[in-house]
Parts: sequence; structure tokens; C-alpha cells
Amino acid sequence: MIPMKDEWYAALEARHGKDRQKQFYHGTVAVCGLGGLGSNIAVSLARAGVGKLYLFDFDVVDLTNLHRQQYKAGQIGMNKTEALAENIREISPYTELEIHTLRIDEENAPELLQNADIVCEAFDDANAKAMLTNLVLEKMPDKYLVAASGMAGYGSANEIKTRKITDKFYLCGDGVSDIENGVGLVAPRVMLCAAHQAHTVLRILAGMYEI
Amino acid sequence: MVTINGEKCNAAGKTVAEYLSATEYDPKRIAIERNGKIVPKAQYESTVLEEGDSVEVVSFVGGG
Repeated sequence: MIPMKDEWYAALEARHGKDRQKQFYHGTVAVCGLGGLGSNIAVSLARAGVGKLYLFDFDVVDLTNLHRQQYKAGQIGMNKTEALAENIREISPYTELEIHTLRIDEENAPELLQNADIVCEAFDDANAKAMLTNLVLEKMPDKYLVAASGMAGYGSANEIKTRKITDKFYLCGDGVSDIENGVGLVAPRVMLCAAHQAHTVLRILAGMYEI
Repeated sequence: MVTINGEKCNAAGKTVAEYLSATEYDPKRIAIERNGKIVPKAQYESTVLEEGDSVEVVSFVGGG
């Protein structure tokens, strides 16, 4: 039996407090890229009761994703957008989701991201990360951007940090651990970085802008 | 002196593009903050660094 919506939100209010839960519920967050970062960010935000998530990815679930991303063996071959929406609906049925199976670029981003208050950059490609970061900060100055750089390998978990670069730009990660150096991505370290991003989103929604 | 990524540099008077050309940064993988604001990519050529500026070059690495 899935609880009714009012029971669901009463449980969240009991955890977070009524006013804070309302701030989360009124949040609209775009998650750009649904890999190790984005799938974990989206699940965290859905669990916390963020009202609306926009989920963007062009890719399908692959066997090599399962060690760190929030998908299941039976979802191999599915679009990540659809697979993640399916999983989030099981975890948090009242989270409103809007999915887009496409590659975000400079042309389509302004329209796709227009209704989000906060944008999470969760791509894996360094050029794409920089493209989205510059685009959001230059062209959408009213939005917050929570980006990530450097979470590969077995370096200490304590090297993963959140930094505030401008009043609207937060950057999570260790800043240096590059997948191109042949160090793989390890689930807990990627999830730590995703957790930094998701937590930063919740803090922004709660009006706590300092790090 | 200009402070770039926490280090004092003799870069006052140079444009952002001139500064970058003498570094290893890949221009496709960076975002630049100057005195709390993002420098638009189209303004790297025209933005002149000034004495006392504080700059951060955010260089993205792959993985996610």
C-alpha cells in the first residue's frame, strides 16, 4: 500500500519541519546528466521532498553504469531518463518529474532550463561541464548552478568539498581527479560528490547560501 | 599584482586571453571568475586584468 500524498508530506514535515519542507516542495531543480552524479542527486532530492525535478540525459543504461548509478540490471538498454523516472516513482511517488531524452547544448538549454530555480551540472565530459557552467552563469543570471569537477579514483573521501565561486555558482568535488588519468570512478566517491551537490541544493532552497 | 587561484601573479594589464595563452589551461574546459563575477567567454579578449583583481580559473576535469 502506497501512503496517500498527505501522509507522505506529513512524514517529511515531521523530519524537516513544516516551513523547511514547504521550501523543498516549492523547489524546481534541473539535473543535467543522469550518470553517477545526476542519478544520485535526483534520488536524494526526490527523497527529501523537492517538488519538481527536470531530468535530462541522452544516453541509455549500460552494464558499466550499474556499479555507481541508480539503475537496476533489468533496466539495461532503457533510456536513463525513463529508467530513473521509474525508480524515483517507486521511491517517492509524489515527486513531479519532467524528463527529456536529449543532449543539452547551447541552443536548447535556455528553453529547457527556463523553469528551474537551480541547475545541477552532472555531466561526465569536461567540455560539456564547462559549456553548461558558462552558459548558465552568462545567460541565466537568476539561476543557481551547482556543478562538479573531480571525483574519480580512490583518493581520500575528505578531499571532496563544496566551494562557492560566485554568489550563484557552487562547485563540488576535489577539482583535480580526472577520469582521463585512467583512474576509474568508484561508487562511494562519486556518491559523495553527488551528495555534496544535492545537499547544496537543499541548503539553497532553505535560504542558507553560505557553505 | 593580480591574485589568480590564490597565487600572486604579474598579470595586471594583460587581457584574460593573453594570460590564458601563457598557461596550460584548455579554454574549452574552463570558467573564469573575476572579483566575484563570471567573465563571459566572448569577453576574454577584451577583459583587461587590473591591479588588485582576484581571479579564479575553474578548470573542469572529466567524470560523473
